[in-house]
Amino acid sequence: MAASPLLTPAPPAGSSLRPAEYAEICRHLGREPTPVELGMYEVMWSEHCAYKHSRAVLRRLPTSGPRVLRGPGHNAGAVAVGGGWAAVFKMESHNHPSAVDPLHGAATGVGGIVRDVLAMGARPIALLDSLRFGPLDLPGVRRLVRGVISGIASYGNSIGVPTVGGELACAPCYTRTPLVNVACLGVVREDRIATARAAGPGSAVVYLGARTGRDGMHGAAFASAELAGRPADRAAVQMGDPFTGKLLIEATLEILATGAVVALQDMGAAGLTGAMSEMAARGGVGMDVDVALVPRREAGMSPAEVLLSESQERMLLVVQAGREDEVLRIGRRFGLEAVVIGRVTAEPRLVVREGPEVVVSLDPRHLTSAPEYAPEAREPVLSDEVRRLEGTRLAAVAPEEALFRLLGSPGIASKRWVYRQYDHMVQTNTVVPPGADAALLRLKEVPPKGVALTVDGNGRWCALDPYVGSLRVVCEAAQNLACLGAVPVAATDCLNFGNPERPEVFWTFRRAVEGISRACEALGIPVISGNVSFYNEEGGQAIFPTPTVAMLGLVEDTARHATPGWKREGDLVVLLGTGCPQLDGSEYLAVVHGQVAGRLREPDLEAVGRTIRCVREAVARGLLASAHDCGDGGLAVALAECCIAGRRGAALTLRTGDGARADEILFGEDVGRIVVSLSPGALPDLMGIARGLGVGVEVVGLTGGGRLVVGTGGPTPPWIDVAVEDLARAWEGGWS
Amino acid sequence: MEVGVVVFPGSNCDRDTYHVLREVLGYRAHYVWHEERSLDGLDAVVLPGGFSYGDYLRAGAIAAVSPVVRALRPFVDRGGAVLGVCNGFQVLLEAGLLPGAMLPNLGGEFRCEFVHVRVERVDTPFTCLLPPGAVLRLPIAHAEGRYYADAATRARLARHRQVVFRYCDPSGRVTEAAVPNGALDAIAGVASPDGAVVGLMPHPERASEEILGSTDGRRIFESLASWVRSRTAGAKGAVR
Repeated sequence: MAASPLLTPAPPAGSSLRPAEYAEICRHLGREPTPVELGMYEVMWSEHCAYKHSRAVLRRLPTSGPRVLRGPGHNAGAVAVGGGWAAVFKMESHNHPSAVDPLHGAATGVGGIVRDVLAMGARPIALLDSLRFGPLDLPGVRRLVRGVISGIASYGNSIGVPTVGGELACAPCYTRTPLVNVACLGVVREDRIATARAAGPGSAVVYLGARTGRDGMHGAAFASAELAGRPADRAAVQMGDPFTGKLLIEATLEILATGAVVALQDMGAAGLTGAMSEMAARGGVGMDVDVALVPRREAGMSPAEVLLSESQERMLLVVQAGREDEVLRIGRRFGLEAVVIGRVTAEPRLVVREGPEVVVSLDPRHLTSAPEYAPEAREPVLSDEVRRLEGTRLAAVAPEEALFRLLGSPGIASKRWVYRQYDHMVQTNTVVPPGADAALLRLKEVPPKGVALTVDGNGRWCALDPYVGSLRVVCEAAQNLACLGAVPVAATDCLNFGNPERPEVFWTFRRAVEGISRACEALGIPVISGNVSFYNEEGGQAIFPTPTVAMLGLVEDTARHATPGWKREGDLVVLLGTGCPQLDGSEYLAVVHGQVAGRLREPDLEAVGRTIRCVREAVARGLLASAHDCGDGGLAVALAECCIAGRRGAALTLRTGDGARADEILFGEDVGRIVVSLSPGALPDLMGIARGLGVGVEVVGLTGGGRLVVGTGGPTPPWIDVAVEDLARAWEGGWS
Repeated sequence: MEVGVVVFPGSNCDRDTYHVLREVLGYRAHYVWHEERSLDGLDAVVLPGGFSYGDYLRAGAIAAVSPVVRALRPFVDRGGAVLGVCNGFQVLLEAGLLPGAMLPNLGGEFRCEFVHVRVERVDTPFTCLLPPGAVLRLPIAHAEGRYYADAATRARLARHRQVVFRYCDPSGRVTEAAVPNGALDAIAGVASPDGAVVGLMPHPERASEEILGSTDGRRIFESLASWVRSRTAGAKGAVR
């Protein structure tokens, strides 16, 4: 005998909902959902929208601090920068769309994150991007790289938001599943920060922006599964229109200035459904809208298509009753669609009509309360070969040759060819352009203050040890800001992983979040926003676990900052901090020896914190001519970069212990080591700061001349003795 | 001096230009919406950079037929000065207020970087304070900056000394390597025969403050102020 459908309801064939999820929906509704409602649940309960597998873990992140004005849960985080102004900051991934359609996938990634910042009422003032691709010599990879970079450039340049920094690395695991993470910074007066909490029964629900089309259907669901190379995936990628995006920015800011707006949100993931249900749920209210009023790009769209479309450049506004015309007039002056499509209701119910017919009646709170999962976690077993690095077995490579190979490798080589395709100067705030440890922007609103921005990630480290790798990534970002002279005040992250339903992936994810949490706590940096991107795998091959961290720093006086390049002849070169460089997991090991292996030592976070303070104070007091942290490629690469940026050489003598390996000293990696240069007269003051903080100071040589010479002193010939112009040529030509 | 800064839908250097004119130099700057038909009361108008109307057709092509651009010709006839920067230059070309056309950069990519330009003509409202041959360090940011003109136009450009800026190396030498976009004869900016309308690809508003790495762009705006002052003084003299 067949069971009653209500007792054991099963999701219709092809539904992305799990049987238990479907049963829960039926239980809540007391009936089966209509096809339209089912579609809404499918996107709202997708991993992309609901963070089903990650929510519990993400609660570990430190999110509060004295400067934090808005944390996770909002469209973007916000921190106070002083003078009554706030910085709004968030990063998001657009990996899946970029894999299928690099140009539009990356472009719409920019558009989406910009509108999240805009939804906070902030004017977007800067973009950063963190990119991962396969090795350049594999077929198709260069096309993908070019497409993604053109996509970011086409959107960012056109809307007039400068792309001021980023990072780019290549490894085989990203060949089919590239990563495109984009961060956006905005500024807004603290008392004008907007909310996404609908309120006030009778308030108008206003549709603003581009018309709705059939593009981006089920984009959120598509991003919640592994890529399968289906032709239908193409339809899940949205098409961006930066011109409309720019108009939407200006119109929204002008509309917000009227004070008539109660709440607003981008129609991003899950489109109109997402914006309506999230805004209503936050406010504990309902909405009654008519989809027939939604402006459309094509005829014959069904209510489900209108509700689920992820067409770009659309915002949903809740506007005070009686002030609709004011708002609509501004929108139309910018040539945008601006229509009242419904009203806020007191009862928390989302009612969608198509003309007279009710097609949806759901509780927005339930729609935004997907179940939370605690997936099985299992530590991956790394082979002994990967675990144990036996340095003695490494082939002998001359240090100079290794240095040249590192400088020419894609991760380290100059990215000028990339960032000169980005307008990184528009809005005239860019004081330190791309190419340094971090970018520096002045804040015209609160002179002479400025903000520093960086984004960092290292999948290789995290593949070997997601916890220590994540600790290092956070330290590295904070160091980059400190080298510029900034106090790190907030972080945002993109957590890029494989399929979380695989226990090894989930364990790795959890450890990475624990690492980010631990490091951010130790350094006092709240994580104010972020995003998780799972299912970055194809054919069972997952990417390296790749958490990327974008960080925001504050500079009190923009004129007081440091950059990596040597500035004068005869300055002292000083090594600050006491890292413990190791070859394990290093760029050197990967590039020169083709190995990803070893065990990462856990950094002393407290010591790193003191080194960061030391550098920052020295910069703020104007003691340093240059500052640059030892990152990928270790000390030798850092020194070479200081030479290349300063177009002058240096002669350095390194202290070595007994039995120390040249390659470990030169190319070993760790956090907490910073190369600075300064006039000899400034040394006592630097020593004073360092002594007070307990930070190691080692004078290693002098700037000057046209060669980089690095040795250990004594009668043995130097390890490295090369012309700076040869270093520059290798570094500049790495991508050609 | 009253300067209008035109705002087309898609302009994105309007606020930067306004900031320099108003906050840095203290001039009276006003935004002028693209639907404006009258430019009365202004001494000069700046068409800023950006992507007017999205530039999906051809850079500047749609802006060229907007009401405000139609108002430029009578404005110039009455003695007004017009500066087009980047997309603004492209608009002036498309509108026929300046000769020539823009092609996509050689190499096809957007280029954002500092370049050097040599001042080739100093009797214009925007170069009158500069010595002939002066070298300015200014940023470019464009994908369509490869200036082109046919032989007849080139002859006219030469006859009327209409080339105002040429790309050069830091020492002022015009070399092939110094041209970032493949522009014909290294042309970075041109003027109308009388010099009242000037267009250039580099962005002077991005090089008007020490903190941004160059103040060479200020000389262009300061020239304008000086030109307006002397013209006003001259006009008053004539009335007397």
